[in-house]
Amino acid sequence: MSTSKAKQDASKTAPKKPAQMSGAEIIIKALIDQGVEVIFGYPGGAVLPIYDEIFKNTDKIKHVLVRQEGGAVHAAEGYARSTGKVGCALVTSGPGATNAVTGLTDALLDSIPLVCLCGQVPTFLIGTDAFQEADTTGITRPCTKHNYLAQSAEALADTVHEAFHVARTGRPGPVVIDIPKDIQFAKATYHAPKPQAAQNYQPKTTPDAAAIEAAVELMANAKRPVFYTGGGVINAGPEASALLRELVRETGFPITSTLMGLGAYPATDKQWLGMLGMHGTFEANWAMHDCDVMINIGARFDDRVTGRTDKFSPDSHKIHVDIDASSINKNIRVDIPIVADAAQALRAMLEVWRARKYKADKSAMESWWNQINKWRTKNCLRYTNSKTVIKPQFALEKLREYTNNDPRETYITTEVGQHQMWAAQFLEFNEPNRWMTSGGLGTMGYGLPAAIGTQMAHPGALVIDVAGDASIMMNIQEISTAVQYKLPVKIFIMNNHWMGMVRQWQELLHGERYSNSYTESLPDFVKLAEAFGGIGLRAEKPDDLDKVIAEMLKTDRVTIADICVEQTENCFPMIPSGKAHNEMILSPDADKFDKSLV
Amino acid sequence: MTKTSSTSKKSQSVYAPSALHEESSSHTLAIVVNNEPGVLARIVGLFTGRGYNIDSLTVAETNHEENTSRITIVCSGTPAVIEQIKAQIKQVVSVKRVRDLTTFGPHIERELALVKVIGSGEKRIEALRIADVFRARPLDSTLESFVFEITGTTEKIDAFVALMKPLGLKDVSRTGVAAISRGLHSI
Repeated sequence: MSTSKAKQDASKTAPKKPAQMSGAEIIIKALIDQGVEVIFGYPGGAVLPIYDEIFKNTDKIKHVLVRQEGGAVHAAEGYARSTGKVGCALVTSGPGATNAVTGLTDALLDSIPLVCLCGQVPTFLIGTDAFQEADTTGITRPCTKHNYLAQSAEALADTVHEAFHVARTGRPGPVVIDIPKDIQFAKATYHAPKPQAAQNYQPKTTPDAAAIEAAVELMANAKRPVFYTGGGVINAGPEASALLRELVRETGFPITSTLMGLGAYPATDKQWLGMLGMHGTFEANWAMHDCDVMINIGARFDDRVTGRTDKFSPDSHKIHVDIDASSINKNIRVDIPIVADAAQALRAMLEVWRARKYKADKSAMESWWNQINKWRTKNCLRYTNSKTVIKPQFALEKLREYTNNDPRETYITTEVGQHQMWAAQFLEFNEPNRWMTSGGLGTMGYGLPAAIGTQMAHPGALVIDVAGDASIMMNIQEISTAVQYKLPVKIFIMNNHWMGMVRQWQELLHGERYSNSYTESLPDFVKLAEAFGGIGLRAEKPDDLDKVIAEMLKTDRVTIADICVEQTENCFPMIPSGKAHNEMILSPDADKFDKSLV
Repeated sequence: MTKTSSTSKKSQSVYAPSALHEESSSHTLAIVVNNEPGVLARIVGLFTGRGYNIDSLTVAETNHEENTSRITIVCSGTPAVIEQIKAQIKQVVSVKRVRDLTTFGPHIERELALVKVIGSGEKRIEALRIADVFRARPLDSTLESFVFEITGTTEKIDAFVALMKPLGLKDVSRTGVAAISRGLHSI
């Protein structure tokens, strides 16, 4: 008896060995500790141990089974963009990982924080051309912010924690962790997340005070200033949008934004000029061209925004706030570069503006706004409506009317093409994180899975994918996912039977040779929705729109509204090939389009 | 701000390329990275992916305790391109430090080459004589061949190799440039 007591004592005093867990258990625990609630994925041989852990932890982590891995990554993007959190995807080795590549590239270009876990063949099979083996870290190196090949179960927890840290800090982006199957089985100890400050990766987020002072002084002396803001403001969180609104209102300056930045500043405000760029508004692009001080917050002078770079805003002094130093002076030389988080820079700018009691030059601002109002009278988004055919612009105006009157929060996703540009022009975004679109990569097929991710994050909200008939076909299989998880996503297809933007370019730039841009055998979208277990509606005449949209908003299941729109409508305004902001073409002048330019 | 006139040639692309005309120059970058799998591929891939030129590349572990390697890259481009290259490299998560030695101040660059020359008679003697002038050391010799070791700047090695060509140059192996700043500063 005494010996057994001694044994007990010994076991009490001996240092406690940390609990051993399998690699797969460690991954799931790390995800939970990182605040992951939903994971979008598709199982396969090389990730089965992780799926086993998901099976055991359904109360803590929800898995959404997509129909193709590309859908998983876009869904995670929609989730991330609409919440500000890091999206999470889980795919198997080989084809699972290669299918994820488009979504990863999309997230890289649009700065969406993502962690994508990929299964990999066991360590001892790597390099043998094993079944479903692909060089995932090699393939994803240029399309991720960072990637890892897990080397041991012991390092796994730290790797997952670091991946989340890298994805969410600095300029956000996608991070891949490739995990060989033997490491998912191996036993090791779990490590809790380290504090942020203890991580190796520490991007600069605080602005240089002298640069901020110089910037604000430039703003105070501006005669024709304009704010040009981008997705960086959205990524810096709701606080950045709030600070931006304060600064814009206190200065009284006009503001425009990129496609990715819509919603950071309310579209219904009088200082708002609309989106800029290739299909931006007349007033926004002219203000950019004629301004004397440009304040770029979190935008990256993308080629679709600048037009011809040597004629881009020739007489302005440019301030550029970006968290990514490599975005500064990349496409356009700027006068005051500020590497910082948008929220921190905006706060610092507001402080200086207030402390120095700056006021904008009143008479200069008055004549600047007079000029802007003159540009506004162009009414650049006007279109000729029809009583017999649904104009896509009219359909979106109707959609806007109905969503404005809906008590629910509205989230819009889009595919890519004409419908995307019309949605950006005609729908109004008054809050950040309500607009999910593929800006940088221009990924057709993004909208439906992104809507699924958005609806998972906001179950009670109204989530609408504004789609085109060609784009929606690229990830149509995800309707099945929406049905399985009872997600009442609305798919508003602007159906013109064409790849509208391709058709438009062929008409305007390629001698009306419509090579392979017409889809001769589209499915019946109403029957298609029903076949998947959803609801299908169709509007063929302008008079049908009210009924169809009202019905669509009422349904409790995934719903396709097939809106049969004018087939040859073009998206205007448009900055033609090789032209500057002040050379844009408006819809009534479409015949002036110089088709010989290309 | 640099402003230049536009090119007169009509562009074939939607947007004309930037019409900045600046002189291209060579820069030597010292990059300290975490010594982890794929780190060299990250840096090299960045150059190929964005269309930058690498003239020379050297890499080896330099601090075993900190697990860091030093990459020395000689690249060329306009000042704007060089700035972009540095900014792009800096944002790679595995990169700890980047220093442009060319703009940083006085620095030393050295390259090592192994040069095999095959020949006999007068040519063989001449090769040995020139090697002596260049302070190249014969590392290996047969009755008909030499392997010389030569250390120096890229230009010196270029000159030596050019002189060896008519004397029976057969094979050259070069390390690429290793570089370090002069004086008290380190990167």
